[in-house]
Amino acid sequence: MAEERIAIHVQDLIVGFGRKIVLDHLSLDVRQGEILGLVGASGGGKSVLMRTIIGLLPKRGGIIELAENGGKSGVLFQQGALFSALNARQNVQFPLREAAHLSPSLLDEIANAKLEMVGLTVDDGNKFPSELSGGMVKRVALARALALDPALLFLDEPTSGLDPIAAGEFDSLIKTLQRTLGFTVFMVTHDLNTLYAVCDRVAALADGKIAALGPLKSVLESDHPWVRAYFHGARAQMLHLNA
Amino acid sequence: MSSAPDLTMDDGAVGSLHPRGAWTVANVEILERLCAGIQPRLAHGIRKIDLSGITALDTVGAWLIEKLARGGPAQTTEAEITGLSASYSGLIGEVRKLNRRPPAPARRTNALADLLERVGRGVIAESMVFLDMLGSVGIALFRTLRHPRSFRFTSTVYQLGQVGWRAIPIMALITFLIGAIIAQQGIFHFRKFGADSYVVDMVGILVLRELGVLIVAIMVAGRSGSAYTAEIGSMKMREEIDALTTMGLDPVEVLILPRVLALVIALPILTFLGSMAALYGGGLVTWLYGGMGPAIFIARLHEAVSINSFEVGMIKAPFMALVIGLIAASEGLRVKGSAESLGQQTTSSVVKSIFLVIVLDGLFAVFFASIGM
Repeated sequence: MAEERIAIHVQDLIVGFGRKIVLDHLSLDVRQGEILGLVGASGGGKSVLMRTIIGLLPKRGGIIELAENGGKSGVLFQQGALFSALNARQNVQFPLREAAHLSPSLLDEIANAKLEMVGLTVDDGNKFPSELSGGMVKRVALARALALDPALLFLDEPTSGLDPIAAGEFDSLIKTLQRTLGFTVFMVTHDLNTLYAVCDRVAALADGKIAALGPLKSVLESDHPWVRAYFHGARAQMLHLNA
Repeated sequence: MSSAPDLTMDDGAVGSLHPRGAWTVANVEILERLCAGIQPRLAHGIRKIDLSGITALDTVGAWLIEKLARGGPAQTTEAEITGLSASYSGLIGEVRKLNRRPPAPARRTNALADLLERVGRGVIAESMVFLDMLGSVGIALFRTLRHPRSFRFTSTVYQLGQVGWRAIPIMALITFLIGAIIAQQGIFHFRKFGADSYVVDMVGILVLRELGVLIVAIMVAGRSGSAYTAEIGSMKMREEIDALTTMGLDPVEVLILPRVLALVIALPILTFLGSMAALYGGGLVTWLYGGMGPAIFIARLHEAVSINSFEVGMIKAPFMALVIGLIAASEGLRVKGSAESLGQQTTSSVVKSIFLVIVLDGLFAVFFASIGM
């Protein structure tokens, strides 16, 4: 514990659109090998933070440093963002194909292995995105995000649009894969169940800053008004009662 | 940092492999060559794979090692993997479980037989879809004739306006130009052997029998057939068709019959106007470019064409309209959830209806020739 290695280092990050400042001197460190959950109000800048770290949005100021081990990262987009013209297996193969020259048979074997890792069958690989259910789309997208064995995985609302059973299964899949493969996860989520079940630490984003950061327990005890409202609102209370 | 990968083998009593270096996707070309190179020496099987020399490992590398461990079909026991560092044990453990299910027995296929099968099945499926739609529209028409009050008069008139009235300017312009071009070409080439006056015969017969109806039908397929497919397809996408069905209404009767009827009425009218425009274009060119006065043109036309030619053209029009309407409607109903499928079906609607219009024209040509029209 003494020397924790940092996977993502964000310091004094400023991001804005026009006159609106979305992220205002935000600082956050993600440790290597942890699952960090980011919560925040809708439109509060969660996705903006993630997309800025990935490099999809420009920053106005501040520092973003990603750990240098390979520099690879995988992204699971909210809607999966599978290429609709390719079937599931080809979607998984796509990043591999671009990165290296694999023989076709090895390419197939690796893609099948990845699909199996995320709980799909070899036959599912022949299906096109339009023929997959919502949960399967997320799984294929996860397999594609993991295609190059990234050290860092970004998840944008991984369980949105899934029913509670499928969402629970997806949570445990992420947890299992993260434990066995040891990558770092940066996850944007609204799903309180995911926060409870999967995340090592939780960061709460409010007013363009990280309002609370730590294990879920310590975040629950935060005095910040928005964080209190988020975790102690009526919907959250129901989960407390059930837990 | 990551050193070049290597693979060596101990030829002791216990065959063991020593992979070394970075076994990652970046080095996959070297790795595949190494694995292929060592394959012939694995005839007796191996017992042990020692991973202590590995400096970096990812799924691709782990899978290649796992494949070596599983060996060929001759090998009965899988090799033991030793020397694992803690950070890679999870990955190796995961990979050991994967791709275990024997692949589905590959169906022996013959490329030519496959192609023939696909073409055959495609033709049958397409014909069934077309006949299905023809039957549905026929039933809807029959039901409407028995209960005339259920006929969607407003909808039919609206569609008639869309595909008929609003199409007149562009149809007239295109056929006018086609008529003019044929006349110009005819004069230019016939003049060489002093037969310019036969241009009138050619323009008259060609336009009335074939070109007028064909050009108009192809234009209508591209203009109105595609619109029908897109309209019906987007209704299908937004479940409007399902909503109609749950209300006890027949989508064919409500949506498709008025559209098909409107086309069947509009296309003969457009064909007539188009033929007239083409003759006008041809006449104008023979006058201005060929120097034959309008009076002579009309006199020659009177001699050259009979009412037969006109009838042959006009009889074809409603049948072509029916084909275009049925194809457009059935393609619209085949649209699935995605925007991509809407585009695909619209394309295939236009391509198929133009193709069938031309095929139908050929069949009519044979038919009219055999009955002497």
